[in-house]
Amino acid sequence: MSLGEKIRSLRQKLFGDPARAFGSMSLVLLAMLAIAPAKNFFSEWRHYQKGYLKLVRTRADALTLERHFSPGFKQIWLPEMGAVDRCTTCHVGLKEASLSDVSLQPYRPHPPIPHSLTEFGCVVCHRGQGAATTVEEAHSSTKAWEQPMLPARYLESSCGQCHLGPMLGTPQLNLGRQLITRYGCVRCHAVVQPDGTRMMASDDPPSLEHIAEKTTREWIYAWIKNPQAYAATASMPNFQLSDDDARDVSAFLMAQSTPLAAIHNQPASKAAASTEATAGASLYGESFCASCHAVQNAAGALVGGDLGPELTRIGSKAKPEWLEAWLRNSSVYDPDTKMPHYRFDQKQIATLAGFLEAKTDSDLLANVHLSEATPAQIQHGKTLATEYGCASCHEINGIKKPENFAPELSRVGSRSLAVLAFPEGIPHTLPDYIDAKVRNPRAFGSGLKMPQYTFTEQQRSAITTALLALTERAQTQPPALRTAAVHESNYRPAGKAGQLMADLRCFSCHAINGHGGDMAPDLSWEGSAVQRSWLAEFLRNPETLRPALIRRMPRFNLTADEINTLTDYMMVVYQTPAVDRDSIPASSFTPDMVEQGRQLFYSKYACQSCHIVDPHKDKGYIGPALWAVGAHLNGAWVYAYLKNPQAMRPGTLEPDQHLSDAEARSLTAFLMAQKSAKQAGKK
Amino acid sequence: MKHAITILGCLAVLAGCGRPKTAPVPQATAHGSALVEVSGGKQVAQAGMMLDQPVVVQVNDAQNNAVAGAAVVFRGPAGVSFNPASGLTDSSGQFSTVVTLGGVASRYAIRATTTDAGGKNIELKLEEIALGYQQTLGRQLNLQYCSRCHDPESTRERVSNYDNLTTKPHAFAEGDTLNKMSDADLVAIISHGGPALSRSPEMPSFGYTLSKSDIQALISYIRAVADPPYHSAGVVYAKN
Repeated sequence: MSLGEKIRSLRQKLFGDPARAFGSMSLVLLAMLAIAPAKNFFSEWRHYQKGYLKLVRTRADALTLERHFSPGFKQIWLPEMGAVDRCTTCHVGLKEASLSDVSLQPYRPHPPIPHSLTEFGCVVCHRGQGAATTVEEAHSSTKAWEQPMLPARYLESSCGQCHLGPMLGTPQLNLGRQLITRYGCVRCHAVVQPDGTRMMASDDPPSLEHIAEKTTREWIYAWIKNPQAYAATASMPNFQLSDDDARDVSAFLMAQSTPLAAIHNQPASKAAASTEATAGASLYGESFCASCHAVQNAAGALVGGDLGPELTRIGSKAKPEWLEAWLRNSSVYDPDTKMPHYRFDQKQIATLAGFLEAKTDSDLLANVHLSEATPAQIQHGKTLATEYGCASCHEINGIKKPENFAPELSRVGSRSLAVLAFPEGIPHTLPDYIDAKVRNPRAFGSGLKMPQYTFTEQQRSAITTALLALTERAQTQPPALRTAAVHESNYRPAGKAGQLMADLRCFSCHAINGHGGDMAPDLSWEGSAVQRSWLAEFLRNPETLRPALIRRMPRFNLTADEINTLTDYMMVVYQTPAVDRDSIPASSFTPDMVEQGRQLFYSKYACQSCHIVDPHKDKGYIGPALWAVGAHLNGAWVYAYLKNPQAMRPGTLEPDQHLSDAEARSLTAFLMAQKSAKQAGKK
Repeated sequence: MKHAITILGCLAVLAGCGRPKTAPVPQATAHGSALVEVSGGKQVAQAGMMLDQPVVVQVNDAQNNAVAGAAVVFRGPAGVSFNPASGLTDSSGQFSTVVTLGGVASRYAIRATTTDAGGKNIELKLEEIALGYQQTLGRQLNLQYCSRCHDPESTRERVSNYDNLTTKPHAFAEGDTLNKMSDADLVAIISHGGPALSRSPEMPSFGYTLSKSDIQALISYIRAVADPPYHSAGVVYAKN
């Protein structure tokens, strides 16, 4: 029989008459209908659920685990967050803490976090395709879905979608946000946070309107070419200008600078400088310059704070007459400086200026030889300064601060990959894109203006984390889900004392009523805490209260009048309603109470672990020294503080020991009896 | 069908991408007979993060002299990456690599290998610790409240108070002591101070300063960094 005949006979058998045809078609249809349930039956997720059951049956708590398990498709729907998660279909054991030793996925339990799975689902934090039901589509990016799972190192970015302020458990996110403000990223890139506030820069790029008074064209040239060659800690990035471009920008910056009369009308001083070689160094030390400024020591390590610029090579930068004017009163040159107005006398100014001018680096400007600038060079320099957005950070005569100089980053964490151009060798994911952009921005094409930063890999990873937190979801989700950041208040003290506090730049280090720095203690309740006589003496001659602290309050050489004004204001205005200053007078303490307090101090609570009352015996130096606390603090404040330290000084290290009223009173009596180090020594 | 082909194609491509080819191990110019750790073991980092310090190993010969030019290869469990993963020892006989931990909080055993003159593998095992969210929170709390006394090392930012204490506190990595304390013991001593377990009152009570979940986080951090490692007794069930 030929093939044709075979087919014909088969056709005859199957479709020969209507009844046969109907029967055959029904069978075909039935088979086709069976495809759907079969596909479902052999699906990946069913395979994983079977595997899970097999796994739990080997465990000691098999019965409990099996009871918790229900077969079938699982879904978490979060309409408020726009998330549909089917992850728990395969990740069956997420809530089973007893499986913590299982390392096989998808059966690992979720490590403990403060949020419930049912409330937040999975993709809100981990990204990926929540609605997908196959391993590949859920975890990786495919043609249809481009959202892959977030690598663990960036996971904290997801916390940042709702938590707009720093949290103890998210160091990467906190660091990233800090770097973004500290390095002034937001001066060019606008970032509007989900609560509608704009992220503000915390750096302090100087105005260049009088730059020629401060430094030379050669220094500007060297600085623009490589800021980190002058100071490793410099936050100014490298714009990678050519020699000619740097020459022209330096020419323009010198040309646009206007003179400042205050710098030229100074008393002649050189003769008055102290001849003693070490005088400058000791004045630098006594004035606690190192609280804010760092200097590289012989071993190459930086010593000092980072609130002000590094001073290792300041002599190669600052002109002597500018330096003297700056030390006399820095706000003349820069009204917004964080540097306090020290009331140095002429001799001190000359001594300190001489000491700083000696900090030079002969290599820095050795190869910089610039000839007289031509008008064309100056004009080209201005064009470059405008194109590179110098005025986004610095005030420059003749160039207006540009608006929205660089792309806005408020939703950069949700940017679609389809609109991004990846350079060669960068994996096609958003985190890799952002990281590469921060690492080497000019690799993304010619003509780009973003400068080169010198971040470490860890810092870049933190910045990427903070940027990934700026998602579409963060912007659109209901405001109730947000935990707001604490924004700095615009508190400014009034009157004569307010002027004095502004002049001394108290707020560079101290915070009061939500405004100010965090280097030194919050002074919002200082008037309730201290005795007037102590405060006046402290302002006259500050001493450190904590033996273990390096950073200290500088001496401002205040007049008696100024001290009076400040002391009066602080004692009256900076009070907390929680403490009645007169409620625990010294007359209420009996010798018995003092003795009982001593017992509590040394035996029951071992306070000497952290505090020193007797300088000969006690050693703890984590907390403030207490040998003269009776002449320093107010009794009612000490009592309130002992009862609840965190309430009086939020964030203090001292734990709340839950003292009884009687214990707190006895301890207060003992502490208030400590009047001076001498007295303590005699005991 | 067309879809199936596309998906298969994608899978094939992805499978290809998923396993990056390891760089070829350079040809060794010398061989040692021992591999020792110089530094970088037992570091603690957040899951998925790079370790702060590089891992440095040294190849020695039978006389304990450093061998330059010996090939060293690093391997680790899935998720751990090395930069570089292999190379030759430098003039001081050392090879250093930067390690990035996997994304799951656990201990990662990493292995360095070199070959001796006879072609036999010499292996060195090191362990690094990756922290999850709860342990990271514990680590931050430790830095804020505990480390000034419990960590004898001083840093620029933080002066240690260890030497000033009469009863010396235990470092949190001291597994020999701390592993013997149950979670309940640790909760008690953190919440109510040393006297709660008849120990020194120099350990104050933190139960009114830290929340319950903070204390849990601290304990999970202490368990994570314990050396030798801590093994939980787990859930104990009565049989039958």
